[in-house]
Amino acid sequence: MSPIIARDLTKTFGAFKAVDRLNLEVRQGEIFGFLGANGAGKTTALRMLTGLLTPSAGAAEVAGIDVFRHPNRVKQRIGYMSQKFSLYEDLTVRENIRLYGGIYGLKPAVIRSKTERILQELELTDHQHTLARALPLGWKQKLAFSTAMLHDPAIVFLDEPTSGVDPLTRRQFWELIYAAAARGVTLMVTTHYMEEAEYCMRVSIMAEGRIVALDTPGRLKARFNAQTMDETFRKIAEWGLRSGDMGD
Amino acid sequence: MFFFIRKEFLHILRDRRTLMILFGMPVAQVLLFGFVLNNEIKDAPIAVFDPAGDETSVALTNKLAASGYFHIETRLRDAGAIEPEFRKGHIKMALVFPPDFGRALAHEGRATVQLIGDAGDPNTASALINYAQAIIADYQMAYNQRTGAPVGLTAGTRMQYNPEQKAVFNFVPGVMTMILMLIAAMMTSITLAREKELGTMEVLLVSPLRPIQILLGKTIPYLFLSMINAVVVVLLGIFVFGMPMRGSVALLTAECFLYMFVSLALGIFISTRAKDQMTAMFFSALGLLMPTMLLSGFIFPRESMPWVLQKIGMAIPATWFNPIIKGIMIKGVGLEVLATQTIVLGGMAVFLLALSLKNFKDRLQ
Repeated sequence: MSPIIARDLTKTFGAFKAVDRLNLEVRQGEIFGFLGANGAGKTTALRMLTGLLTPSAGAAEVAGIDVFRHPNRVKQRIGYMSQKFSLYEDLTVRENIRLYGGIYGLKPAVIRSKTERILQELELTDHQHTLARALPLGWKQKLAFSTAMLHDPAIVFLDEPTSGVDPLTRRQFWELIYAAAARGVTLMVTTHYMEEAEYCMRVSIMAEGRIVALDTPGRLKARFNAQTMDETFRKIAEWGLRSGDMGD
Repeated sequence: MFFFIRKEFLHILRDRRTLMILFGMPVAQVLLFGFVLNNEIKDAPIAVFDPAGDETSVALTNKLAASGYFHIETRLRDAGAIEPEFRKGHIKMALVFPPDFGRALAHEGRATVQLIGDAGDPNTASALINYAQAIIADYQMAYNQRTGAPVGLTAGTRMQYNPEQKAVFNFVPGVMTMILMLIAAMMTSITLAREKELGTMEVLLVSPLRPIQILLGKTIPYLFLSMINAVVVVLLGIFVFGMPMRGSVALLTAECFLYMFVSLALGIFISTRAKDQMTAMFFSALGLLMPTMLLSGFIFPRESMPWVLQKIGMAIPATWFNPIIKGIMIKGVGLEVLATQTIVLGGMAVFLLALSLKNFKDRLQ
């Protein structure tokens, strides 16, 4: 059964349809890119999938659980990394990890061993007592990802995780994502950096609340006769919604 | 330069909040202060102890009652009943006649009545005693004119609970109440707003933590810190300002705890509605400071305020805590007298927490 399923998922705010009958199925171990311009509805859709927002219509299943009916059960199974990195600036590296461990109900011994492992992997052992706000951006990002993964969720949502970061750091971050996918974790990444789309196994492009394209980057580029995803996106935008198909 | 000035004008006129402050606030304040700054007292409840009940004492009592300042709440049967009436807070002043009042005045030409004021409310008590003394002097003059033989009618005064008439009784309890609330409310008011500003709120919401856990989790550390604050303020009141502590320490601690909780819940409530920390602080300082100072009865007596303001005052936690702290420290009373206030505060705490929770959940959508 697919880890993430959305069926005709809709959200309206008054007269405005932020998400319009979204249909989506993400496979296990997949790195799925959720693309679209700002205001296209990506964040709203993501909020519904993570149980933060109640859908106006439609359904969504994450880890086999109906998000609408049991949002709290879903929360224990998923990891989330937000745009602003989810770290408390005035807590140290160690304290941040311990906080998230506690929130997700991990036992103290487990938290300690995981903390050591994270510190080693990210080479942060020398900085474990540094306040999060003093860390360079790239390190903060990797730490935020690790804390999102702390409770070994099968599914992780990343909302614009690499905003404001230089390309080299971004590449290093994506290596972490690949490693996670290799372990069988399903990752859904939203971004408006089109180059990052190339790193995903499949991508969907949202515009005005609807998915206008969904396929592997390779096939999308071929279909729109483009060299890069950036070009593909521009061509789609030029053609407007007419060129979109919701198919896979 | 002119265009720059014009731009500034446009900024101001288009910012509703600034307009409200510029024009709304002065009007509101003048009206509020005008109605509240009314030191005159009307229909203050008093008790009369008149063992002889002769013509003269009755006449004097009626004169006092007719003045409009006093309202005879009870006529007591014995002197021992006076103090309990004060304890229960039923009366603000007691008028005590000696058993042979009329006879003493007629035959010996001298008599004394006693006026006992409630020092738990010193401003009011002083004012009432002054009114009474003036009326008694007036009565004496009229009596003299009638009988032709001058008599001396004096009024002995005493302050129950505060014989030395220490000034601190006036304001120290009220100040304590106000400070405790302000600090607690202001501290918690920024906490939720800060999470929203920093963006860490979303992460908390996605986590398995339930909204009630988040709200309580944010209140409890402040509760402990505020209790420390409360202890310091009470100790300062006692040792620096000479406030007595006649009641139960345990009860005072428990009531402070409750009051702190209400104030913190109020702060959390403000936090759920404010968009950012600045707004939160602004609202808690303005929205709490002014009304508490003016309408809770700590400076200006509530009895002389217009009905509307009295009712609004009832929604302010400080209004209910003031009698509690004065009652315990000055009069040494216990729950049997303070039950109503305690229950009201308890209700406020639950109500505010529930409202905050609802607000919090609504905001998620």
